[in-house]
Amino acid sequence: MTRPADGMPREVIDAPHPLLSTAAEPVDPTDPGVVAAAADLLATLRHEPSTTGLAAPQIGLSWRLIAFDAGRHPRSRSCTGELVVANPRLATAARWDHLREGCVSVPGLIADVRRATRITVHGHLPGTGDPVTIEADAVEARCIQHQLDHLDGLLFLDRVVGALSLHRSHHSCDA
Amino acid sequence: MGLSAVTVLGVDRPGVIAAVTGSLADCGANIQDSTMTLLGGHVAMMLLVSGEVDAAELSKRLCAPDLVVTASAIEARRHFCDDGGGLGYVLTVHGPDRPGIVSAISAVLAADGGNITGMSTRLTGRLYVLIADVELPKEVDVAALMRRLAAVGAGLDSEITFRPVEPDLL
Repeated sequence: MTRPADGMPREVIDAPHPLLSTAAEPVDPTDPGVVAAAADLLATLRHEPSTTGLAAPQIGLSWRLIAFDAGRHPRSRSCTGELVVANPRLATAARWDHLREGCVSVPGLIADVRRATRITVHGHLPGTGDPVTIEADAVEARCIQHQLDHLDGLLFLDRVVGALSLHRSHHSCDA
Repeated sequence: MGLSAVTVLGVDRPGVIAAVTGSLADCGANIQDSTMTLLGGHVAMMLLVSGEVDAAELSKRLCAPDLVVTASAIEARRHFCDDGGGLGYVLTVHGPDRPGIVSAISAVLAADGGNITGMSTRLTGRLYVLIADVELPKEVDVAALMRRLAAVGAGLDSEITFRPVEPDLL
């Protein structure tokens, strides 16, 4: 099968999985394999309507690539639009706040997590390798930090603020 | 004025909390600390109540056909590290479900005099998650404790984070 230029959706892996607990490797953003992976990551994000972002480890690649689109979220303020960033790094973080969040790789659980609501992130665009700087706030800032954690092998569960801050995202009875 | 510890268990339905707390109010019992959660679709509630009604009378007054209620007299409120010397931490453990995770982790904490003051565990799919609030005596070597926790976690194929509580005192 020929890979389309706009990428192919991949399966999103769930925890517990070793890749979700492993720090991802830096990439060459101009490498054709990385460009193809970036396209797949974006295609997977488009295929997952319930989430605003994904990181490469979630599709089985231990590479430092994230994709996000805060415009999908009804409470977003800043909105860079649909973007894939290679080797993203957090430059500034301010105005910390608690909010309840979940993860497509941890279905069924949500938790209160403290994150910065204003951030600056530097990285590179896959393909050209051009540097990019993102100034984000509110939902977009939280989403990007969540994806950066994935690149460091962390889940939102590792930042839960206390024992009573972990919740099921829906109620069900398996009996 | 006596203190009683009350536990309430039953199948979750709208109105359980209203019924229990209404009965307590009718007894003149005052709710102090309390916590409630759902465990697999069952309501689990624990309350510390004060009042003139003794524990045996509370058990009778709270009795309902679809609830299991217990009430026990307790002597007084107690608190670990009363001298204010305790240090607060949050522990996260997540990994594949297997028997013995809670006992293995809590044994490491207990060996250093650590006190678990709150704990939630959840199973979702194959993933088991434990979040605990922990109070440590001031003299504990936290770095060494973290190494022991990491070693036990590795033996359970689980990831462990142990971080200080960050209270926002405004």
